Amino acid sequence: MTAGVVIVGAGQGGFQLAASLRQDGFDRPVTLIGEEPGLPYQRPPLSKAYMADGAGERLVLKPAAFFERAGIERLAGLRVTAIDRAARRVALSDGTQRDYVQLVLATGARNMRPPLPGLDAPGVLGLRTLADAARLRAALVLARAVVVIGGGFIGLEFAAMARQAGLGVTVIEAGERLMARAVTPASSDWFAALHRAMGTDVRLGCAATGVETDAAGRACAVTLADGGRVAGDLILVAAGVRPNVELAAEAGVSVDNGIVVDGCLRSSDPAIFALGDCAAFPLPGAGQVRFESVQAAVEHARHIARAITTGAETAFAMVPWFWSDQGKARLQIAGIAAGADAVQRVPQAAEGGFMALAWAGDRLAAVETVGLAAQHVAARRLIGAPRALIAAAGFDLRQALLAGAER
Amino acid sequence: MKVTFIAADGTVTEVEVDEGQSLMQAAVSHDVDGIIGECGGSMMCATCHCYVDEAWAERVGAQQDGESDLLDCAVSEVRPGSRLSCQIRMTAELDGVVIHLPEAQL
Repeated sequence: MTAGVVIVGAGQGGFQLAASLRQDGFDRPVTLIGEEPGLPYQRPPLSKAYMADGAGERLVLKPAAFFERAGIERLAGLRVTAIDRAARRVALSDGTQRDYVQLVLATGARNMRPPLPGLDAPGVLGLRTLADAARLRAALVLARAVVVIGGGFIGLEFAAMARQAGLGVTVIEAGERLMARAVTPASSDWFAALHRAMGTDVRLGCAATGVETDAAGRACAVTLADGGRVAGDLILVAAGVRPNVELAAEAGVSVDNGIVVDGCLRSSDPAIFALGDCAAFPLPGAGQVRFESVQAAVEHARHIARAITTGAETAFAMVPWFWSDQGKARLQIAGIAAGADAVQRVPQAAEGGFMALAWAGDRLAAVETVGLAAQHVAARRLIGAPRALIAAAGFDLRQALLAGAER
Repeated sequence: MKVTFIAADGTVTEVEVDEGQSLMQAAVSHDVDGIIGECGGSMMCATCHCYVDEAWAERVGAQQDGESDLLDCAVSEVRPGSRLSCQIRMTAELDGVVIHLPEAQL
């Protein structure tokens, strides 16, 4: 068989690459290898809609017939165990091998497990895969009190869901504010108030030291660095993720907080690309970044498909956007707040509305909003715009856009 | 319940849809070209833009909060019948609904 493109990882990015290659007219073999069983599915709803409705079949990206019709070889439940770069060949966990012309690493990320005693006890769960989400959902039905270790997006989305289901919920965050890596302090504070108003016990600057078990060996409490203890029979560990870079690193491909790629998304080996959560890529104006976002995964995939199909060497660029559903509030983010030197809260007349602008010098770096979809959509086109133009519109981004303040 | 999707090139695809399913999910799960649904139905991407057939406009109803804002991001022309198909849920009343697809979503 002639060699073509081998994609390691069948998440949304890996899937999109396979689909885009065919859409762009690529006619050599395409192999999509995923460790999880079943068809590729969407991950973002796992902590959102799926937790509410449990409809796993709705998450599937395309039916099996799509892969057959498109001539995409789909290998589920298999791992790639090694890359032989000299031979351009990968070894699979079932003992078989696949040759490649181009290899794309879409290996994603895995949940970080803090080194705490008791995390193996029944009742302690994580959330990354559909199987994790199904376990968590089943546990939620029987649980009385939930403790979430980690005040990031996943932890807070789950906390809001559990609270709405009537459970007692405590969120333990070691840092001084919620979602600190991803949002401005203004948003952190706004969301801390939101969760507290929902009845969630939000503890900031509070480190977990371990999980206590009852006589039956089940998790019953989380112990804290201040000597305290929070009782709970369902404990979600949501302490961030680590990019899956080991396969690349063992093959001698450069790795630094992700698989390092250039502006064309190629790794230190020009026959190997990386995309999505596992890829550290240069974003104009922001340096080398790594995003855990479906938008980045899908846009990377389309870019790589075009590069492989047409040989185009164009540089990748994107205006990042992100969202998080927490209770009744949807946080929408455009741009990147990390690296901003000033944050401005813009008071909103609309009830439940929130907007924070992050500035890097006199340029708009990021916009965080709740309940202001029009402002968010305008923000996507205004990242990088000068402050004077936005100020002239009274910090109403829609008005600024109408006034022609394109970046 | 049935939904008929008519592509920009005139291709007609009729699919069977469950009550409560969104028209975006229906199109994607039946592999209908012309609907992407990149964000999974979260009203973040506008790649499930569709045109509700005029005869069905009233029964399908008006846009949801924020939908028109996202439609600003749609790449194909926004018309009076424009909707995000992820925001249209199938009901018995919509059995047989006809949906036209735009030329492009990206």
